[in-house]
Amino acid sequence: MNAILPWAIDFALLCFSLAMICAVLRLLRGPTAQDRVLALDTLYVNGMLTVLVLGIRLGSPVYFDIALLIAMFGFVGSAAMSKFLLRGEVIEP
Amino acid sequence: MNGMEVPLWAALPAALLLVCGALLSLIGSLGLLRLDEFYARIHAPTMGNTLGAGCVLLASILVSSALAQRPVFHEVLITVFILLTSPVTAILLMRAAIFRTPK
Repeated sequence: MNAILPWAIDFALLCFSLAMICAVLRLLRGPTAQDRVLALDTLYVNGMLTVLVLGIRLGSPVYFDIALLIAMFGFVGSAAMSKFLLRGEVIEP
Repeated sequence: MNGMEVPLWAALPAALLLVCGALLSLIGSLGLLRLDEFYARIHAPTMGNTLGAGCVLLASILVSSALAQRPVFHEVLITVFILLTSPVTAILLMRAAIFRTPK
């Protein structure tokens, strides 16, 4: 009965892998640049959730720090790319 | 693999939350792939970003609290960060799309 958590973890890893494949397909196909930025945004959130689920599975607190770093740098990258698409410049004088 | 040491009262809701969060994220990314216009496409991943991430982080809080025998709340940091930053990215992207669409 207590083997339900490993099963759920494997199912979640499979679903996140499929979600990342969908995001990569949209990233490669996307007609416009903002589609690609949106696909990258989805990709980093799914990767962060994958790292968190791996942290649950392996029982190590290190994965939490990796997930926090992925969240912070992913937000910075997405905001910078959106600002570049909006104004043609990231940091304006 | 530490799934054997987690007690049942934590393993059952954590498994349910993990399955729900994974399915929500998969549906969101599938919507990103299948919808046919950018303004429709930007709606889909927000579900995976907010509800899916919330479910997985709640499951992580449950499992780590049950393993440490005390309440562990540091995953709330990621939840707050995601909830604060994903609307900012969505607003910037939407304004960029409106700016770049040829009239």
